[in-house]
Amino acid sequence: MSPRSRRIFLRTIMLGAGLVGASLLGFIPVIQQWVTRLRPPGALLEQKFLASCIKCGQCVQVCPVEAIKLADLDEGFGVGSPYIDARAQACDFSCDGLQCVLACPTGALTHEINYSHETDMGIAKVVRPESCLAVLGQGFKGQARGAEFTGKLRYDKVDRWNPIPVRDHPYDLELCDLCVRQCPIEIRFAQCEAGKPPSGDKNQCPPQHAIRLEAIENSNGVKRMRPVILEGCVGCGVCEMICPVEPTVIVMDSSESRGMSV
Amino acid sequence: MSQLSQSLGHLLGRGTQKPGPEDISSEAKEVHTAQRNDKTRIENIHIELAHKAQSKLPEKLRRKRWAVLIFVNLLFLVSYILDIQMLEGALTASRFVGFHMADLNSALQVMLAFKHVVINLLIGTVTIFIMWWLLGGRTFCSWVCPYHLLAEWAEILHLKLVEKKIVKDHPFDRRVRTWFWVIFAVLALVTGYTVFETISPTGILSRALIYGPGLALIWVALLLLFEIFYSRRAWCRYACPIGLTYGLVGATSRSRCNTAWKAVTTRGNAARSVWCRMYWIPSSSGAPGG
Repeated sequence: MSPRSRRIFLRTIMLGAGLVGASLLGFIPVIQQWVTRLRPPGALLEQKFLASCIKCGQCVQVCPVEAIKLADLDEGFGVGSPYIDARAQACDFSCDGLQCVLACPTGALTHEINYSHETDMGIAKVVRPESCLAVLGQGFKGQARGAEFTGKLRYDKVDRWNPIPVRDHPYDLELCDLCVRQCPIEIRFAQCEAGKPPSGDKNQCPPQHAIRLEAIENSNGVKRMRPVILEGCVGCGVCEMICPVEPTVIVMDSSESRGMSV
Repeated sequence: MSQLSQSLGHLLGRGTQKPGPEDISSEAKEVHTAQRNDKTRIENIHIELAHKAQSKLPEKLRRKRWAVLIFVNLLFLVSYILDIQMLEGALTASRFVGFHMADLNSALQVMLAFKHVVINLLIGTVTIFIMWWLLGGRTFCSWVCPYHLLAEWAEILHLKLVEKKIVKDHPFDRRVRTWFWVIFAVLALVTGYTVFETISPTGILSRALIYGPGLALIWVALLLLFEIFYSRRAWCRYACPIGLTYGLVGATSRSRCNTAWKAVTTRGNAARSVWCRMYWIPSSSGAPGG
């Protein structure tokens, strides 16, 4: 081997090791679970999800409330994979047909589900009950997240088809029940109980409740209400987004659940 | 058939051989002799070369190619911004007015990692396979890939710096790209993650353009710096499995920019035939990519 070709050979080995090494660095954030993301409706379990997602963002493009974002390089192998930051913009199912699921070309968002109540993104957790307005016996008046908040929700009574900014829909509540009131599963439940499921399709009806306010009695005998998460919760994140308390009383937990299996 | 094996050998990094005297047919030799003795022809070539040396703009075909490349990439962006559903998604997978398309290498990574292929992905993969097979060569690289464009600019810079003796090109063994292709395929299969996608500048750039920039662009910048200051066109030449995948598809294509060595008439043409596999349409200036 001439010195030149030996140099090229060694240099090439370095290049190979460097590039493969760099790509494998992507393992670290995934293994260490630096971030656990709330994934879009229908997402497979995390490992399968990252394996099957082709990182094209078609789910991002179809979402009417623009809830879906793509992860950056700091998430390693997750780069380009979709997630939902529920506090900023939750999935309120206002597309009416799981458009992200339909858009997914690889089945990373499983095509086996058709309705909002069949999704399983995670589960809501009441993490700060002590600051919950309902627990404190307080009402709520005004814009749920203030004038600066750009998140959107669809309010059927305002516009059946188009989501509007939450700030354009102020509330005046004697007792704050925003998390229950805006829960897409609860809204659907109420429609079904009233005999009016969307398009008259009974398949749209959730089998179980997702959240309700339950009466509690605190240590000094005062009766109050507190939000309780029920079996029907799919982890869409609307309660986390709408909670007017800062920091939010309810957060999404995507670490468990995600029972979707293929 | 020999041309196919030559193409494959070139793609896999065996390097190219100049045709020896025995490879050139006697008809071709006659043509060569006639051309060599044709004074006006040679004069015209010199005039053409002088003209090109003067002109600062890249030659016409190259500009056209850049225009198409920018147009395709902007179409993704415009389609999303205006919500016209023309070309949805990114270069890894998309829908062109509803029809599924999937980048062959991204699809391969997903198939190997996920070990399960849904019908939409299969449709997209086959569509893209047929499309690039019909077009031939590595048409994707030169006419669509956004990293290719940046790398071409980096290459122009690199060559200027080389000319001024500020930097030196450090070549690698071209077979390493074949190794990368195999390694990344095995990594996807074994780890169950789309490992290559993490460092793919094509995917990163396409997403950055459509969905907004991010940290991932730092990786792309590092690659470009490496190409400007250390090794000419390193990513396309020595690393990119996407290029190799499309190259393998294109190698079997009927579309070629030159048909056979015996048709090669001048040295210039011989050089072209090597790299027109990437550019598909032959052109007389610009730099060989991979």
